[in-house]
Amino acid sequence: MNMFMAINDAMRTALKSDDSAVLFGEDVAFGGVFRCSMGLRDEFGKNRVFNTPLCEQGIAGFGIGYASTGRTAIAEVQFADYIFPAFDQLVNEAAKMRYRSGNQFNCGGLTVRAPYGAIGHGGHYHSQSPEAYFTHTPGLKVVIPRDPIQAKGLLLSCIRDPNPCIFFEPKALYRGSVGDVPVGDYTIPLGKAEIVQPGTDVTVVGWGAQMHVLAKACDMAQSEMGISCELIDLRTIVPWDIATIVDSVKKTGRLVVSHEAPKTSGFAAEIAATISDKCFLYLEAPIQRVCGYDTPFPLVFEKCYVPDHLKNFEAIKHTVDF
Amino acid sequence: MQAAMKIATRAGVPHKAARGFSTSATFDLPVDFKGHLCEPPPQQAEATKEELLEYHKNMFLIRRMEIAADGEYKARNIRGFCHLYDGQEAIAQGIEAAFTREDDVITTYRCHGMALVRGSSVQAIFEELLGFRNGVSRGKGGSMHMYNKSSNFYGGAAIVGAQVPIGAGLGFSHKYRRENESDKMNVSIAMYGDGSANQGQVWEAANMAALWKLPVIFACENNEYGMGTSVNRSSYITEYYKQGNTIPGIFIDGMDVLAVREGMKFVKDYCGSGNGPMYVELKTYRYHGHSMSDPGISYRTRDEVTNVRQSRDPIELVKKRLVEAGFSTEDELKEIEKALRKEVQDALKAAKESSVPDDSELATDIYTTGKKMGDGPRLESEMPSVVRMPDITNNLHY
Repeated sequence: MNMFMAINDAMRTALKSDDSAVLFGEDVAFGGVFRCSMGLRDEFGKNRVFNTPLCEQGIAGFGIGYASTGRTAIAEVQFADYIFPAFDQLVNEAAKMRYRSGNQFNCGGLTVRAPYGAIGHGGHYHSQSPEAYFTHTPGLKVVIPRDPIQAKGLLLSCIRDPNPCIFFEPKALYRGSVGDVPVGDYTIPLGKAEIVQPGTDVTVVGWGAQMHVLAKACDMAQSEMGISCELIDLRTIVPWDIATIVDSVKKTGRLVVSHEAPKTSGFAAEIAATISDKCFLYLEAPIQRVCGYDTPFPLVFEKCYVPDHLKNFEAIKHTVDF
Repeated sequence: MQAAMKIATRAGVPHKAARGFSTSATFDLPVDFKGHLCEPPPQQAEATKEELLEYHKNMFLIRRMEIAADGEYKARNIRGFCHLYDGQEAIAQGIEAAFTREDDVITTYRCHGMALVRGSSVQAIFEELLGFRNGVSRGKGGSMHMYNKSSNFYGGAAIVGAQVPIGAGLGFSHKYRRENESDKMNVSIAMYGDGSANQGQVWEAANMAALWKLPVIFACENNEYGMGTSVNRSSYITEYYKQGNTIPGIFIDGMDVLAVREGMKFVKDYCGSGNGPMYVELKTYRYHGHSMSDPGISYRTRDEVTNVRQSRDPIELVKKRLVEAGFSTEDELKEIEKALRKEVQDALKAAKESSVPDDSELATDIYTTGKKMGDGPRLESEMPSVVRMPDITNNLHY
């Protein structure tokens, strides 16, 4: 099963197990541009799986309203780049409803799904990684899976989590990432990172599609330099699993964090700041951030822009050589 | 307008109505409804003595509560932003009289009046204004964010217009819960001001509501000024009930509680029957400035405000009807008002006895485990490690 099928399976499971769950977004009734909702309208009816007009702010507000009646809303934003019209609704309404109502109302049943990230030719507005913007908002959870097995378990967790969640799907992996996805109903806990590959010399942290780039960089470090990397998938960007990263860095003394989003104020900065605070005396080298450049996501320069395995390999090497 | 304020002569001839032993009378509604793509309701309303006394009581409580809040804000006891509702009382009361508490209400930051008519006590509202622990939102919302779960009051929203698409989602929930296509639905009302009327998301929500025939009322409280900008300077279409284009709408005199009630009954019936949404314009006036930092007379004259108070005051209209229908005497109303003034003062005094929530509340209600706490709607808080609470027992500087 590849990733779009796993996501489809997660939503089918959610719709089946919860009568109040509805799925909506631009073109989702026809399967959505990435086919994630294929067949769901036929299976669950047009009252539960439906197309919306192209109005992200309205879609988000609509979902918040529905979810605030204690029901489950799964909203799709067609590309993460289009989530910005909905930014106000998510940041000011969804995230703060519980707090400002003194816990009387909440929209915990809301999950917003959006495909993010580079795809080779997406250009400025079909390639961005906006996760960091939302991590600046207490009240939201931000989750990004790296493969189909993770995608199904984490998406089901998001849908069932009693807090509003934003689920960014690595669009580059929809078809390319294949795995033996369990057919049944399962969830993967939010807020827990996963050590994908244990190691002793350098801690390497990433999420989503970047995990595949990092795995390649770690292999390269092992085969060319004999460096043993501990590769960690953060999975939930907020609230993030500080303890797992801290434990790892205490062991390795070195940290490389990588994401596609621009470096300045990217989430790697938050991780670096926290780790330098908590592990200062354990660090053998400055923490390295390997990120996109501080430019708009480029069309023709994408290959140059993305933090590929070579840039990450360089950073790993640098921490060891320091 | 002044001529229109004349109470119908029929009001003076109350007759026994079928409802129990209460006395009721029929009143002509002085300002005409206007319909956009629909036939507006009749220009008459029947009301009992009890109903009018109830409306008078609540509206007067709101009036006094807002005046007291004004004083408390100026005394720096109420902090944050504070937007007062005096002048607009008939709208909240009229909507409440037309609705049941199964209908959803979501409104703007000018929400004190709506909170009161939806069942919150004056004291709990004052406590919320003061940021105290027993406030309607447990002291954590403040002036702009009063909620009441038990009466489906989805609160006040601070972002201009943001409540409107949420209201559409509430309406969808009613439609989704309906068992048979022919069943009458409860409705949701998304209230906004003339200042929000040109927010794009109002239209986004209206489009969805019309497309899917959701029972949503788009209700514009037109108090003539969006902060300091008059409607003529802000809106190309100043007839807000027509802003829905091919969505029908009605104009209601928002200074007449019976007109609001009758108009809203009509709209609720239309929307709840599966015809889709409706736009409503409630023409009103706010006596205070937009917020406490606005004296309210830099963009309008004192004479204009005085003139509205003298000619269109919503509370005076209710009193006039009570007197002219022979339901109450002016002396009786004076006594009632005296008691209500005292009630507000007592509530304020009692509210001030309370105190701010515990410091730990700073970080509760952000994330939840989903587990219920006690009988109320409250859910257990989850404190993720990323929420770093200051440890004031160890270090005052963090």
